Amino acid sequence: MLKVVEISNLTVQYPDVKALDDVSLVVNQGDFLGIIGPNGAGKSTLFASMLGLNTRYKGMIKFFDEDIKKSKNYLKELGYVPQKPIFEKNFPVTVTDVVRMGLRKESDENKIDEILQQLWIHELRERRIGELSGGQQQRVFIAKALVNNPKILILDEPVTGIDQQSIDLFYSILRELNSKQKITIIWSSHDLDAVNKLANHVACLNKTLFFHGESETFFSDDKLVKQYSEASMQEHMSHH
Amino acid sequence: MSLEILTFSFMHRALIAGIAIAILCSVVGLFLVLRRYSLFGDAIAHSSFGGIALGLLAGVYPLWTAYAVSIASALIITKIKDRYNISGDASIAVLLSSGIAVGLVIIGLSGGFTIDIFSFLFGSILLVSVDDTVLILALTGVILIVILLLYRQLLYSTFNEEQAKVSGIPVEKINYLIVFMAGITVVTSIQLVGVLLISALFVIPNVTAIMYGKGFKQTAIISMSFSVFSVVVGILVSYIFDITPAGTIVLIAIGLLAATMGLKSSGLLSKN
Repeated sequence: MLKVVEISNLTVQYPDVKALDDVSLVVNQGDFLGIIGPNGAGKSTLFASMLGLNTRYKGMIKFFDEDIKKSKNYLKELGYVPQKPIFEKNFPVTVTDVVRMGLRKESDENKIDEILQQLWIHELRERRIGELSGGQQQRVFIAKALVNNPKILILDEPVTGIDQQSIDLFYSILRELNSKQKITIIWSSHDLDAVNKLANHVACLNKTLFFHGESETFFSDDKLVKQYSEASMQEHMSHH
Repeated sequence: MSLEILTFSFMHRALIAGIAIAILCSVVGLFLVLRRYSLFGDAIAHSSFGGIALGLLAGVYPLWTAYAVSIASALIITKIKDRYNISGDASIAVLLSSGIAVGLVIIGLSGGFTIDIFSFLFGSILLVSVDDTVLILALTGVILIVILLLYRQLLYSTFNEEQAKVSGIPVEKINYLIVFMAGITVVTSIQLVGVLLISALFVIPNVTAIMYGKGFKQTAIISMSFSVFSVVVGILVSYIFDITPAGTIVLIAIGLLAATMGLKSSGLLSKN
């Protein structure tokens, strides 16, 4: 099995708090990994480190066997869908403009139409991004992430603030990308049910990694699920 | 309107230089407006005032010192803003007031040279020389080529810095490039509308164009068209009625903005 991501002893210390503590994790080609954890568990810090946005960490992150501090080549093979992209509502870009931003080679212009059709947003191509619903916008950002045929797709809680119908469509798209196009997916989510249905691997994060393995193993172990739910609940209570 | 004015060579130079500046300000200004940096042009223009005063005092062609001072101060203030986490509007205020302060002190030290300064404050497009016109055309050409070559990187880092970084775009370098191009554009445009009205050319045609609800390239083309229209009609009308070109140009641009707002309120433009 080809390792696409290898994280070893990752520790991130912010001035007032330790965000990640000695996290080690391997993602193999074709995995659909759901990363779950309560608010403040370090999911966003983990992603920021993997994406090269946070470089102040101890330990090592390798993509395709290369240390990401030494080479940024891995970014070419990676598509990223952020939680809720921030942009001005009136920003003068159409759906096609946004997807084109993701395109590395201008010669691949046909690819834009292809990907828009695949995600059922072709008819929206001339509309401004700010005019669309949250679910439609999220599909546009998936299209942008996919337009270069990435080998890995990273999604940071991508359905926050989106209606249920769009969420279902979004999940069916992810399933197809993983099963048919063999794209490795690393996806953080709050939604245990969705992770149970979609992911074939689960990583349970709460500053440290307290479970990482096949999702069947996790979800068939009531004790583990209960332990996770309690940790989540405690965190939830402490936030209120 | 008498067509005789179109036969004067000074009018040819004014129109050619004016059209080039209109296109340049509109394109560079679009990136500034979308980055919420609308007043950055104004701040650079004010800092160029210090550069102009310095040139006049030293006996050097004032636009050269204005280029040097404006670009340097724009880059320095961007560095300071990033390093000390000062907000965009506060850094603009610092840049704006320091330029004027330097200019005033130099004017005071030199005993004053108000007549020269006046043409820089309010522009003097009808007096633009052949050399100036060539310089304006060359700088416009270079900046437009750079923008065309780096179009995706410029747009992407303006749209969302974080995503642009993840796509491997050197966002910090792109940010400095935009500031650098803004510095050159401002000083190049001083001859058209002067230090005091420059930000109008950066901002008004773009704010107007954005209301038409189109994509990026079309918005840029609409903005350029409005900008060129304002400058050409402004120069001709101001000559015919013997009024200041800078003020006339900006008032025409404001007229187009008001007309667009009217179209939008009446529902003739799609709502965004």
